[in-house]
Amino acid sequence: MNRHLISAGDLAKDDALLILDTAEELARVSERSIKKLPTLRGRTVVNLFFEDSTRTRISFEAAAKRLSADVINFSAKGSSVSKGESLKDTALTLEAMGADAVVIRHSASGAPHRLANWVHGSVVNAGDGTHEHPTQALLDAFSMRRRLGGLEGRKVTIVGDVLHSRVARSNVLLLHTLGAEVTLVAPPTLLPVSIGTWPCEVSYDLDAVLPKSDAVMMLRVQKERMNAAYFPSEREYSRRYGLDRERFAKMTDEAIVMHPGPMNRGMEIAAEVADSARSTIVEQVANGVTIRMAVLYLLLGGETA
Amino acid sequence: MVSFAVSESAGPDPQGSYTTGPDGKRPDTRAVLEAPDIHRALTRIAHEILERTKGADDVVLLGIPTRGATLARRLGERIERFEGVKIPVGSVDITMYRDDLRRGPVRPLGPTELPPDGIDGRVVVLVDDVLYSGRTVRAALDALNDLGRPTSVQLATLVDRGHRELPIRADYVGKNLPTAKSEKVKVYLQEIDGRDAVLLMKGGAR
Repeated sequence: MNRHLISAGDLAKDDALLILDTAEELARVSERSIKKLPTLRGRTVVNLFFEDSTRTRISFEAAAKRLSADVINFSAKGSSVSKGESLKDTALTLEAMGADAVVIRHSASGAPHRLANWVHGSVVNAGDGTHEHPTQALLDAFSMRRRLGGLEGRKVTIVGDVLHSRVARSNVLLLHTLGAEVTLVAPPTLLPVSIGTWPCEVSYDLDAVLPKSDAVMMLRVQKERMNAAYFPSEREYSRRYGLDRERFAKMTDEAIVMHPGPMNRGMEIAAEVADSARSTIVEQVANGVTIRMAVLYLLLGGETA
Repeated sequence: MVSFAVSESAGPDPQGSYTTGPDGKRPDTRAVLEAPDIHRALTRIAHEILERTKGADDVVLLGIPTRGATLARRLGERIERFEGVKIPVGSVDITMYRDDLRRGPVRPLGPTELPPDGIDGRVVVLVDDVLYSGRTVRAALDALNDLGRPTSVQLATLVDRGHRELPIRADYVGKNLPTAKSEKVKVYLQEIDGRDAVLLMKGGAR
């Protein structure tokens, strides 16, 4: 595995499995009364968030703190960035403060990759534009493995706004590495042009795919990134691509429902489906802390390069 | 670019094929304990635990992965056979508590499995295969501190090879083995390695 975690595609199968197995052991820490390990004492993790995020930032913060690392939160609002500082100068400032790892969320695809060339510490991509969100893919794979047993040969369906989704890309790459078969279902307008090069199937008919799926992942319709009319109306989108009670009934009894959050209840997923026993949505949040602990341990736990 | 390459402690494979040592000569290896010796030592330790803890009522056996956990299970089976009491057996991984994590590639984690009733108010007997510097035991004591509050903690080890770097001693010892620091001690167990043996390898001049 690399010194950085920028793309889920950079992970070899052994690396991905090592992260999942490490997380499996670390999951027990969250069940103890003392939820803390001394492992990263004296290491500094900087959360560098140029884009609004609550769950990912606090998830990384909780993960770093459970490993006893010092955490510095840096958000673009009200910082030197609003005064016009460049990404590079911000990076050099963090470097001078002795950051061992930088967790970056940025609206521009590729920002973490650029950052990795400027700092000595590890860079963890916490979401860059519409490109990738590798720790989300890892926590999704971890949640699926815990519920389904294994991922080899499992059929995973990802539904919705693939075009604007960094979660979809990271999931397709990682799940393919882990041996799962991924099918994307979306309106043609919400699929990227390059979709033919992704290691997955594409379908436009959700009802045909559902009965064959072991896991169905609903993506959020990202209104904030939509500057054009990608579908006629929310109601029509929901009717064709939303997971409501009738569609939920077409899934097998063992199949699980996932959502990376935050959800638009009633839009891509019905409230009763989201709250059902086969939904992993709350587990995914808890697993997020665990998987990020595993990533930080594996990147920072050994000798420094 | 750093890889996650995982290193196990060096040594020949259980079948005993060797390459040349660092001095260019074949390293001199001999078995200090064979299977019957290990069985007898564990039987004696099981009796000693029963005697010292007056029936092992409150005892929890916690092995340090990998081989300590296997030895803890064997001790648990013996105590059950001798007295008919089933005592809780678990494992405590010390990787996250090591003091040398930054001195090598990142290490994979072993399992920490506590008995359902936990370790609060119990007598914990830590079990490891080789007692050497004492640093593993120190890490295990730190880990226990985060897992609960036992009444007391004791230590059982199959081999005590000396060279302590910390004020730590074992309560139950299978075999005291005088060694040189340059030598290596390797424990093989049936469940993991396919045979029972303790090997002492001469390290050569360093």
